[in-house]
Amino acid sequence: MSRPRTAVFTGVGVIAPNGLDTDAYWAATLAGESGIRPISRFDASTYPVRVAGEVSDFVATEHVPGRLVAQTDRMTHFALAATERALDDAGADPTAMGLYDVSAVTANSSGGFEYGQLELAKLWTKGASHVGVYQSIAWFYAASTGQISIRHKMRGPCAALVSEQAGAIDAVGHARRVVRNGTRLAVTGGTDASLCPWGFVTQLSTGHLSERDDPAVAYRPFDAEASGFVPGEGGAILVVEDAAEAHDRGARHVYGEIAGYAATFDPRPGSDRPPRLRAAIELALADAGATPAEIDVVFADGHGVPELDARESRAIADVFGSYAVPVTVPKTMTGRLYAGAAIDVAAALLAIRDDVIPPTVAVRRIAPAHRIDLVLGQPRQQRVRTALVLARGHGGFNSALVIRKGSRHE
Amino acid sequence: MSEFTLAQLRRILESSSGPADGVDWNGGEVLDTPFGDVGYDSLALLEMAARIEQEFGVQIPSDDVLALETPRIAIDCVNRLLQEV
Repeated sequence: MSRPRTAVFTGVGVIAPNGLDTDAYWAATLAGESGIRPISRFDASTYPVRVAGEVSDFVATEHVPGRLVAQTDRMTHFALAATERALDDAGADPTAMGLYDVSAVTANSSGGFEYGQLELAKLWTKGASHVGVYQSIAWFYAASTGQISIRHKMRGPCAALVSEQAGAIDAVGHARRVVRNGTRLAVTGGTDASLCPWGFVTQLSTGHLSERDDPAVAYRPFDAEASGFVPGEGGAILVVEDAAEAHDRGARHVYGEIAGYAATFDPRPGSDRPPRLRAAIELALADAGATPAEIDVVFADGHGVPELDARESRAIADVFGSYAVPVTVPKTMTGRLYAGAAIDVAAALLAIRDDVIPPTVAVRRIAPAHRIDLVLGQPRQQRVRTALVLARGHGGFNSALVIRKGSRHE
Repeated sequence: MSEFTLAQLRRILESSSGPADGVDWNGGEVLDTPFGDVGYDSLALLEMAARIEQEFGVQIPSDDVLALETPRIAIDCVNRLLQEV
Protein backbone atom coordinates (compact mmCIF):
# COMPACT_ATOMS: atom_id res chain seq x y z
CA MET A 1 0.00 0.00 0.00
CA SER A 2 1.52 3.30 -1.09
CA ARG A 3 -0.17 5.66 1.34
CA PRO A 4 -1.91 5.35 4.70
CA ARG A 5 -5.67 5.08 4.39
CA THR A 6 -7.97 7.21 6.52
CA ALA A 7 -11.41 5.91 7.44
CA VAL A 8 -14.16 8.53 7.29
CA PHE A 9 -17.93 8.45 7.63
CA THR A 10 -19.72 9.34 4.40
CA GLY A 11 -23.30 8.25 5.11
CA VAL A 12 -25.68 7.95 8.06
CA GLY A 13 -29.00 6.11 8.45
CA VAL A 14 -30.83 6.27 11.79
CA ILE A 15 -34.00 4.51 12.96
CA ALA A 16 -34.90 5.58 16.47
CA PRO A 17 -37.79 5.54 18.95
CA ASN A 18 -37.95 9.33 18.61
CA GLY A 19 -37.40 9.55 14.87
CA LEU A 20 -37.91 7.19 11.95
CA ASP A 21 -35.04 8.71 9.97
CA THR A 22 -31.88 10.71 10.64
CA ASP A 23 -33.41 14.15 10.24
CA ALA A 24 -36.44 13.33 12.38
CA TYR A 25 -34.23 11.76 15.05
CA TRP A 26 -31.90 14.76 15.19
CA ALA A 27 -34.69 17.32 15.27
CA ALA A 28 -36.46 15.44 18.06
CA THR A 29 -33.21 14.97 19.97
CA LEU A 30 -32.29 18.65 19.83
CA ALA A 31 -35.81 19.49 20.98
CA GLY A 32 -35.52 17.09 23.91
CA GLU A 33 -38.38 14.92 22.63
CA SER A 34 -38.24 11.44 24.06
CA GLY A 35 -39.44 8.26 22.38
CA ILE A 36 -39.72 6.42 25.70
CA ARG A 37 -43.35 5.53 26.35
CA PRO A 38 -45.49 2.88 27.97
CA ILE A 39 -45.04 -0.43 26.19
CA SER A 40 -47.64 -0.95 23.48
CA ARG A 41 -46.19 -3.95 21.68
CA PHE A 42 -47.55 -6.48 24.17
CA ASP A 43 -49.43 -6.47 27.46
CA ALA A 44 -46.73 -5.53 29.95
CA SER A 45 -49.04 -4.99 32.91
CA THR A 46 -47.66 -8.00 34.78
CA TYR A 47 -44.01 -7.12 34.10
CA PRO A 48 -41.94 -5.04 36.51
CA VAL A 49 -40.80 -2.93 33.55
CA ARG A 50 -43.58 -1.20 31.67
CA VAL A 51 -41.87 1.46 29.56
CA ALA A 52 -39.54 1.20 26.59
CA GLY A 53 -38.21 3.02 23.57
CA GLU A 54 -40.32 1.46 20.85
CA VAL A 55 -40.01 2.38 17.21
CA SER A 56 -43.66 2.94 16.37
CA ASP A 57 -45.02 3.39 12.87
CA PHE A 58 -42.22 1.42 11.25
CA VAL A 59 -43.92 -0.83 8.72
CA ALA A 60 -41.20 -3.15 7.54
CA THR A 61 -42.73 -3.86 4.13
CA GLU A 62 -42.57 -0.15 3.34
CA HIS A 63 -38.80 -0.21 3.67
CA VAL A 64 -37.66 -3.76 2.97
CA PRO A 65 -38.69 -6.27 0.26
CA GLY A 66 -41.49 -8.56 1.44
CA ARG A 67 -39.44 -11.70 1.08
CA LEU A 68 -36.74 -10.39 3.37
CA VAL A 69 -39.34 -9.24 5.87
CA ALA A 70 -40.73 -12.76 6.09
CA GLN A 71 -37.32 -14.37 6.53
CA THR A 72 -35.73 -12.06 9.06
CA ASP A 73 -36.28 -10.55 12.47
CA ARG A 74 -37.16 -6.94 13.19
CA MET A 75 -33.55 -6.13 14.07
CA THR A 76 -32.60 -7.02 10.50
CA HIS A 77 -35.54 -5.05 9.09
CA PHE A 78 -34.07 -2.03 10.87
CA ALA A 79 -30.58 -2.81 9.64
CA LEU A 80 -31.64 -3.28 6.02
CA ALA A 81 -33.74 -0.11 5.99
CA ALA A 82 -31.04 1.94 7.69
CA THR A 83 -28.40 0.56 5.32
CA GLU A 84 -30.36 1.67 2.30
CA ARG A 85 -30.73 5.14 3.78
CA ALA A 86 -27.07 5.36 4.72
CA LEU A 87 -25.92 4.31 1.25
CA ASP A 88 -28.34 6.79 -0.26
CA ASP A 89 -27.01 9.49 2.04
CA ALA A 90 -23.48 8.60 0.98
CA GLY A 91 -24.47 8.67 -2.68
CA ALA A 92 -22.61 5.38 -2.94
CA ASP A 93 -23.43 2.39 -5.09
CA PRO A 94 -21.54 -0.61 -3.72
CA THR A 95 -22.44 -2.70 -6.78
CA ALA A 96 -20.41 -0.27 -8.88
CA MET A 97 -17.37 -1.05 -6.77
CA GLY A 98 -15.50 -4.35 -6.88
CA LEU A 99 -17.45 -7.26 -5.41
CA TYR A 100 -14.65 -7.96 -2.91
CA ASP A 101 -13.99 -4.30 -2.20
CA VAL A 102 -17.12 -3.68 -0.16
CA SER A 103 -17.98 -5.06 3.27
CA ALA A 104 -20.66 -5.21 5.94
CA VAL A 105 -19.41 -5.01 9.54
CA THR A 106 -22.31 -4.67 11.94
CA ALA A 107 -22.94 -5.23 15.61
CA ASN A 108 -25.79 -7.02 17.26
CA SER A 109 -26.55 -8.03 20.79
CA SER A 110 -29.87 -9.78 21.17
CA GLY A 111 -30.25 -11.68 17.94
CA GLY A 112 -33.68 -12.23 16.49
CA PHE A 113 -35.65 -12.39 19.70
CA GLU A 114 -39.16 -11.77 18.45
CA TYR A 115 -38.75 -14.12 15.51
CA GLY A 116 -37.37 -16.76 17.83
CA GLN A 117 -40.16 -16.33 20.35
CA LEU A 118 -42.78 -17.02 17.68
CA GLU A 119 -40.90 -20.13 16.57
CA LEU A 120 -40.53 -21.30 20.15
CA ALA A 121 -44.29 -20.95 20.53
CA LYS A 122 -44.76 -23.19 17.49
CA LEU A 123 -42.30 -25.71 18.89
CA TRP A 124 -44.14 -26.04 22.18
CA THR A 125 -47.70 -25.86 20.84
CA LYS A 126 -47.48 -27.78 17.56
CA GLY A 127 -44.20 -29.66 17.56
CA ALA A 128 -40.74 -29.52 16.09
CA SER A 129 -41.79 -30.02 12.47
CA HIS A 130 -43.67 -26.74 12.63
CA VAL A 131 -40.61 -24.66 13.46
CA GLY A 132 -39.93 -22.60 10.34
CA VAL A 133 -36.73 -23.04 8.40
CA TYR A 134 -35.82 -19.36 8.60
CA GLN A 135 -35.34 -19.57 12.34
CA SER A 136 -31.98 -21.02 11.37
CA ILE A 137 -30.83 -17.72 9.91
CA ALA A 138 -33.09 -15.11 11.46
CA TRP A 139 -32.04 -15.51 15.07
CA PHE A 140 -28.31 -15.15 15.06
CA TYR A 141 -26.13 -12.11 15.48
CA ALA A 142 -24.67 -12.21 12.00
CA ALA A 143 -28.08 -12.14 10.31
CA SER A 144 -27.97 -8.42 9.58
CA THR A 145 -24.39 -8.48 8.30
CA GLY A 146 -25.27 -11.50 6.16
CA GLN A 147 -28.46 -10.08 4.67
CA ILE A 148 -26.85 -6.69 4.00
CA SER A 149 -23.94 -8.41 2.31
CA ILE A 150 -26.26 -10.53 0.14
CA ARG A 151 -28.60 -7.70 -0.77
CA HIS A 152 -25.88 -5.21 -1.66
CA LYS A 153 -23.40 -7.74 -3.01
CA MET A 154 -20.67 -7.13 -0.51
CA ARG A 155 -18.11 -9.92 -0.51
CA GLY A 156 -15.24 -8.08 1.11
CA PRO A 157 -14.21 -8.90 4.69
CA CYS A 158 -17.47 -8.95 6.64
CA ALA A 159 -18.03 -9.45 10.35
CA ALA A 160 -20.56 -9.39 13.15
CA LEU A 161 -19.43 -7.89 16.47
CA VAL A 162 -21.15 -9.09 19.62
CA SER A 163 -20.20 -7.19 22.76
CA GLU A 164 -23.61 -5.94 23.84
CA GLN A 165 -23.76 -2.13 23.76
CA ALA A 166 -19.98 -1.85 23.22
CA GLY A 167 -20.39 -3.81 20.03
CA ALA A 168 -21.59 -0.76 18.17
CA ILE A 169 -18.26 0.96 18.82
CA ASP A 170 -16.34 -2.24 18.18
CA ALA A 171 -18.04 -2.56 14.79
CA VAL A 172 -16.95 0.95 13.84
CA GLY A 173 -13.42 0.18 15.03
CA HIS A 174 -13.37 -2.95 12.91
CA ALA A 175 -14.78 -1.08 9.91
CA ARG A 176 -11.82 1.26 10.19
CA ARG A 177 -9.55 -1.75 10.25
CA VAL A 178 -10.96 -3.25 7.04
CA VAL A 179 -10.96 0.09 5.23
CA ARG A 180 -7.35 0.67 6.28
CA ASN A 181 -6.57 -2.77 4.92
CA GLY A 182 -7.93 -1.89 1.50
CA THR A 183 -11.72 -2.25 1.55
CA ARG A 184 -13.25 0.61 -0.42
CA LEU A 185 -16.53 0.88 1.46
CA ALA A 186 -17.79 -0.66 4.67
CA VAL A 187 -21.31 -0.50 6.02
CA THR A 188 -21.15 -0.51 9.81
CA GLY A 189 -23.02 0.34 13.00
CA GLY A 190 -25.74 -1.83 14.45
CA THR A 191 -29.37 -2.35 15.37
CA ASP A 192 -31.22 -4.31 18.00
CA ALA A 193 -34.86 -5.16 18.65
CA SER A 194 -35.61 -7.13 21.77
CA LEU A 195 -38.87 -5.58 22.94
CA CYS A 196 -40.96 -8.71 23.13
CA PRO A 197 -41.94 -10.85 26.13
CA TRP A 198 -39.07 -13.28 25.72
CA GLY A 199 -36.62 -10.46 25.15
CA PHE A 200 -37.86 -8.71 28.24
CA VAL A 201 -37.53 -11.76 30.42
CA THR A 202 -33.87 -12.13 29.51
CA GLN A 203 -33.15 -8.46 30.03
CA LEU A 204 -34.93 -8.43 33.38
CA SER A 205 -32.50 -11.07 34.60
CA THR A 206 -29.70 -8.50 34.66
CA GLY A 207 -31.47 -6.53 37.36
CA HIS A 208 -30.43 -3.34 35.57
CA LEU A 209 -33.73 -2.29 34.08
CA SER A 210 -35.62 0.58 35.62
CA GLU A 211 -38.96 -0.30 37.18
CA ARG A 212 -40.28 3.24 37.19
CA ASP A 213 -43.60 3.58 35.38
CA ASP A 214 -43.24 7.22 34.44
CA PRO A 215 -41.46 7.49 31.09
CA ALA A 216 -40.26 10.97 32.01
CA VAL A 217 -38.08 9.75 34.87
CA ALA A 218 -37.60 6.03 34.35
CA TYR A 219 -34.14 6.36 32.80
CA ARG A 220 -31.97 9.11 34.27
CA PRO A 221 -28.27 8.32 34.35
CA PHE A 222 -26.14 10.19 36.89
CA ASP A 223 -29.25 11.35 38.71
CA ALA A 224 -29.40 11.04 42.50
CA GLU A 225 -32.41 8.78 41.99
CA ALA A 226 -31.09 6.80 39.05
CA SER A 227 -32.90 3.48 38.99
CA GLY A 228 -31.54 1.61 36.01
CA PHE A 229 -32.09 1.96 32.31
CA VAL A 230 -34.94 1.64 29.87
CA PRO A 231 -34.35 -0.58 26.84
CA GLY A 232 -35.11 0.55 23.33
CA GLU A 233 -34.96 -0.72 19.79
CA GLY A 234 -33.52 0.67 16.58
CA GLY A 235 -30.03 1.86 15.80
CA ALA A 236 -27.89 3.34 13.07
CA ILE A 237 -25.98 2.21 10.04
CA LEU A 238 -22.99 4.23 8.91
CA VAL A 239 -20.99 4.17 5.69
CA VAL A 240 -17.22 4.24 6.06
CA GLU A 241 -14.74 4.79 3.23
CA ASP A 242 -11.18 5.84 2.68
CA ALA A 243 -11.02 9.63 2.68
CA ALA A 244 -9.15 9.98 -0.60
CA GLU A 245 -11.38 7.49 -2.42
CA ALA A 246 -14.49 9.19 -1.06
CA HIS A 247 -13.17 12.49 -2.32
CA ASP A 248 -12.32 11.03 -5.74
CA ARG A 249 -15.83 9.69 -6.28
CA GLY A 250 -17.34 12.98 -5.23
CA ALA A 251 -18.88 11.91 -1.93
CA ARG A 252 -21.43 14.42 -0.77
CA HIS A 253 -20.51 14.33 2.88
CA VAL A 254 -17.49 13.60 4.97
CA TYR A 255 -19.10 13.63 8.40
CA GLY A 256 -15.95 12.87 10.30
CA GLU A 257 -12.93 10.68 10.67
CA ILE A 258 -12.56 7.58 12.82
CA ALA A 259 -9.56 9.06 14.60
CA GLY A 260 -9.19 6.73 17.57
CA TYR A 261 -10.64 3.48 18.88
CA ALA A 262 -9.96 1.23 21.84
CA ALA A 263 -11.66 -1.65 23.63
CA THR A 264 -10.94 -3.05 27.08
CA PHE A 265 -12.48 -5.61 29.39
CA ASP A 266 -13.13 -5.31 33.12
CA PRO A 267 -11.48 -7.70 35.58
CA ARG A 268 -13.67 -10.42 37.01
CA PRO A 269 -16.01 -9.50 39.88
CA GLY A 270 -14.20 -9.59 43.20
CA SER A 271 -10.88 -8.64 41.68
CA ASP A 272 -8.95 -5.79 43.30
CA ARG A 273 -7.93 -4.49 39.88
CA PRO A 274 -9.89 -1.47 38.71
CA PRO A 275 -12.52 -1.39 35.98
CA ARG A 276 -11.10 -0.55 32.59
CA LEU A 277 -13.27 2.20 31.11
CA ARG A 278 -10.64 4.79 31.93
CA ALA A 279 -8.05 2.72 30.10
CA ALA A 280 -10.30 2.50 27.05
CA ILE A 281 -10.66 6.29 27.00
CA GLU A 282 -6.93 6.86 27.35
CA LEU A 283 -6.07 4.27 24.72
CA ALA A 284 -8.56 5.77 22.26
CA LEU A 285 -7.18 9.24 22.83
CA ALA A 286 -3.65 7.98 22.30
CA ASP A 287 -4.74 6.18 19.14
CA ALA A 288 -6.19 9.46 17.89
CA GLY A 289 -3.11 11.42 18.90
CA ALA A 290 -5.50 13.63 20.89
CA THR A 291 -5.09 15.24 24.29
CA PRO A 292 -8.06 15.40 26.66
CA ALA A 293 -8.22 19.15 26.07
CA GLU A 294 -9.03 18.59 22.41
CA ILE A 295 -12.22 16.67 23.17
CA ASP A 296 -15.25 18.93 22.81
CA VAL A 297 -17.92 16.53 24.04
CA VAL A 298 -18.27 13.10 25.58
CA PHE A 299 -21.25 10.98 24.59
CA ALA A 300 -21.42 8.90 27.74
CA ASP A 301 -22.53 5.32 28.04
CA GLY A 302 -25.00 6.48 30.69
CA HIS A 303 -25.98 3.15 32.15
CA GLY A 304 -28.40 4.50 34.75
CA VAL A 305 -27.29 1.96 37.34
CA PRO A 306 -25.72 4.01 40.17
CA GLU A 307 -22.57 1.93 40.57
CA LEU A 308 -21.95 1.90 36.83
CA ASP A 309 -22.69 5.63 36.57
CA ALA A 310 -20.12 6.20 39.31
CA ARG A 311 -17.50 4.22 37.44
CA GLU A 312 -18.13 6.21 34.32
CA SER A 313 -18.17 9.66 35.86
CA ARG A 314 -15.02 8.80 37.80
CA ALA A 315 -13.26 7.66 34.64
CA ILE A 316 -14.28 10.81 32.79
CA ALA A 317 -13.25 13.10 35.65
CA ASP A 318 -9.96 11.28 36.07
CA VAL A 319 -9.05 11.68 32.42
CA PHE A 320 -10.41 15.17 31.72
CA GLY A 321 -10.61 16.78 35.14
CA SER A 322 -13.71 17.51 37.18
CA TYR A 323 -16.45 19.20 35.15
CA ALA A 324 -13.87 19.86 32.47
CA VAL A 325 -15.66 18.54 29.38
CA PRO A 326 -19.32 18.62 28.31
CA VAL A 327 -20.95 15.22 28.77
CA THR A 328 -24.29 14.21 27.31
CA VAL A 329 -26.56 11.15 27.10
CA PRO A 330 -29.08 11.61 24.26
CA LYS A 331 -30.04 7.95 24.69
CA THR A 332 -32.17 9.21 27.59
CA MET A 333 -34.62 9.96 24.76
CA THR A 334 -34.44 6.54 23.15
CA GLY A 335 -33.45 4.08 25.84
CA ARG A 336 -30.34 1.93 25.64
CA LEU A 337 -30.40 0.36 22.20
CA TYR A 338 -27.74 -2.30 22.78
CA ALA A 339 -25.92 -2.65 19.46
CA GLY A 340 -28.10 0.24 18.30
CA ALA A 341 -25.69 2.38 20.35
CA ALA A 342 -24.33 3.24 16.93
CA ILE A 343 -26.94 5.95 17.18
CA ASP A 344 -24.55 7.75 19.55
CA VAL A 345 -21.93 7.71 16.79
CA ALA A 346 -24.52 9.25 14.46
CA ALA A 347 -25.36 11.86 17.09
CA ALA A 348 -21.67 12.70 17.49
CA LEU A 349 -21.32 13.17 13.74
CA LEU A 350 -24.36 15.43 13.62
CA ALA A 351 -23.08 17.38 16.62
CA ILE A 352 -19.86 17.96 14.70
CA ARG A 353 -21.76 18.91 11.56
CA ASP A 354 -24.01 21.42 13.35
CA ASP A 355 -21.73 22.59 16.17
CA VAL A 356 -24.32 21.72 18.79
CA ILE A 357 -24.34 19.28 21.69
CA PRO A 358 -27.67 17.47 22.10
CA PRO A 359 -29.16 17.51 25.59
CA THR A 360 -29.70 14.83 28.20
CA VAL A 361 -33.29 14.61 29.43
CA ALA A 362 -35.03 13.15 32.47
CA VAL A 363 -32.19 13.99 34.84
CA ARG A 364 -33.40 16.35 37.58
CA ARG A 365 -30.64 16.32 40.19
CA ILE A 366 -27.18 15.04 39.44
CA ALA A 367 -25.72 13.06 42.31
CA PRO A 368 -22.80 15.08 43.78
CA ALA A 369 -20.39 12.18 43.31
CA HIS A 370 -20.56 12.70 39.56
CA ARG A 371 -18.09 15.48 38.81
CA ILE A 372 -19.23 15.92 35.23
CA ASP A 373 -20.66 18.82 33.22
CA LEU A 374 -23.84 17.13 32.03
CA VAL A 375 -25.67 19.02 29.27
CA LEU A 376 -29.22 19.10 30.61
CA GLY A 377 -32.52 20.03 29.04
CA GLN A 378 -31.37 22.34 26.27
CA PRO A 379 -28.86 21.70 23.49
CA ARG A 380 -25.60 23.60 23.86
CA GLN A 381 -24.33 25.56 20.88
CA GLN A 382 -20.58 25.44 20.69
CA ARG A 383 -17.85 24.43 18.31
CA VAL A 384 -17.65 20.65 18.14
CA ARG A 385 -14.63 19.39 16.31
CA THR A 386 -13.69 16.25 18.22
CA ALA A 387 -16.06 13.92 20.04
CA LEU A 388 -15.55 10.94 22.31
CA VAL A 389 -18.23 8.23 22.26
CA LEU A 390 -18.32 5.63 25.04
CA ALA A 391 -20.18 2.35 25.24
CA ARG A 392 -20.10 -0.43 27.80
CA GLY A 393 -21.43 -3.92 27.33
CA HIS A 394 -22.93 -6.15 29.97
CA GLY A 395 -20.29 -8.40 31.43
CA GLY A 396 -17.39 -5.96 31.31
CA PHE A 397 -16.94 -4.60 27.80
CA ASN A 398 -15.67 -1.01 27.52
CA SER A 399 -15.24 0.68 24.17
CA ALA A 400 -14.26 4.22 23.22
CA LEU A 401 -14.29 6.01 19.89
CA VAL A 402 -12.74 9.37 19.00
CA ILE A 403 -14.31 11.10 16.02
CA ARG A 404 -12.74 14.12 14.44
CA LYS A 405 -14.26 16.61 12.02
CA GLY A 406 -13.14 16.43 8.41
CA SER A 407 -10.08 14.52 7.34
CA ARG A 408 -6.47 15.08 6.42
CA HIS A 409 -7.48 15.00 2.77
CA GLU A 410 -9.71 18.06 2.87
CA MET B 1 -58.30 -36.91 -2.18
CA SER B 2 -57.16 -33.35 -2.74
CA GLU B 3 -55.19 -32.04 -5.65
CA PHE B 4 -52.22 -29.78 -5.30
CA THR B 5 -52.57 -26.69 -7.47
CA LEU B 6 -50.45 -23.72 -8.50
CA ALA B 7 -52.62 -21.49 -6.35
CA GLN B 8 -51.87 -23.59 -3.29
CA LEU B 9 -48.18 -23.68 -4.11
CA ARG B 10 -48.20 -19.90 -4.35
CA ARG B 11 -50.04 -19.54 -1.05
CA ILE B 12 -47.60 -21.84 0.73
CA LEU B 13 -44.53 -20.13 -0.70
CA GLU B 14 -45.76 -16.60 -0.01
CA SER B 15 -46.95 -17.29 3.51
CA SER B 16 -43.71 -18.98 4.52
CA SER B 17 -41.07 -17.13 2.53
CA GLY B 18 -42.67 -13.92 1.36
CA PRO B 19 -43.55 -12.83 -2.18
CA ALA B 20 -41.57 -13.79 -5.25
CA ASP B 21 -39.70 -11.29 -7.40
CA GLY B 22 -41.67 -10.02 -10.38
CA VAL B 23 -43.76 -13.12 -11.00
CA ASP B 24 -47.03 -13.17 -12.92
CA TRP B 25 -48.72 -16.09 -11.21
CA ASN B 26 -51.50 -16.04 -13.79
CA GLY B 27 -49.16 -16.21 -16.74
CA GLY B 28 -48.16 -19.44 -18.43
CA GLU B 29 -44.42 -18.99 -17.95
CA VAL B 30 -44.45 -19.23 -14.18
CA LEU B 31 -44.85 -23.01 -14.18
CA ASP B 32 -41.43 -23.52 -15.76
CA THR B 33 -39.56 -20.62 -14.18
CA PRO B 34 -36.81 -21.87 -11.85
CA PHE B 35 -37.55 -21.07 -8.20
CA GLY B 36 -34.08 -19.58 -7.82
CA ASP B 37 -34.80 -17.03 -10.53
CA VAL B 38 -37.68 -15.54 -8.57
CA GLY B 39 -35.91 -15.46 -5.22
CA TYR B 40 -36.87 -18.80 -3.65
CA ASP B 41 -33.65 -20.45 -2.56
CA SER B 42 -32.97 -23.82 -0.97
CA LEU B 43 -34.32 -22.69 2.41
CA ALA B 44 -37.57 -21.65 0.77
CA LEU B 45 -37.91 -25.09 -0.83
CA LEU B 46 -37.26 -26.86 2.48
CA GLU B 47 -39.91 -24.73 4.13
CA MET B 48 -42.30 -25.38 1.24
CA ALA B 49 -41.84 -29.13 1.66
CA ALA B 50 -42.46 -28.89 5.42
CA ARG B 51 -45.66 -26.93 4.90
CA ILE B 52 -46.88 -29.33 2.20
CA GLU B 53 -46.33 -32.22 4.57
CA GLN B 54 -48.27 -30.44 7.31
CA GLU B 55 -51.20 -29.56 5.06
CA PHE B 56 -51.41 -32.46 2.65
CA GLY B 57 -49.89 -35.26 4.65
CA VAL B 58 -47.36 -36.25 2.01
CA GLN B 59 -43.66 -36.35 2.67
CA ILE B 60 -41.25 -35.41 -0.08
CA PRO B 61 -37.96 -37.29 0.49
CA SER B 62 -35.46 -34.69 1.67
CA ASP B 63 -32.97 -35.66 -1.04
CA ASP B 64 -35.58 -34.82 -3.65
CA VAL B 65 -36.72 -31.46 -2.29
CA LEU B 66 -33.83 -29.47 -3.69
CA ALA B 67 -34.34 -31.11 -7.09
CA LEU B 68 -37.79 -29.51 -7.39
CA GLU B 69 -36.51 -26.77 -9.64
CA THR B 70 -39.73 -25.29 -10.98
CA PRO B 71 -43.37 -24.95 -9.90
CA ARG B 72 -44.41 -27.54 -12.47
CA ILE B 73 -41.96 -30.12 -11.17
CA ALA B 74 -43.03 -29.46 -7.57
CA ILE B 75 -46.75 -29.66 -8.35
CA ASP B 76 -46.35 -32.87 -10.34
CA CYS B 77 -44.28 -34.41 -7.56
CA VAL B 78 -46.84 -33.62 -4.88
CA ASN B 79 -49.76 -34.85 -6.96
CA ARG B 80 -47.92 -38.11 -7.66
CA LEU B 81 -47.43 -38.60 -3.94
CA LEU B 82 -51.07 -37.76 -3.28
CA GLN B 83 -52.15 -40.47 -5.68
CA GLU B 84 -50.05 -43.00 -3.83
CA VAL B 85 -51.78 -42.24 -0.53
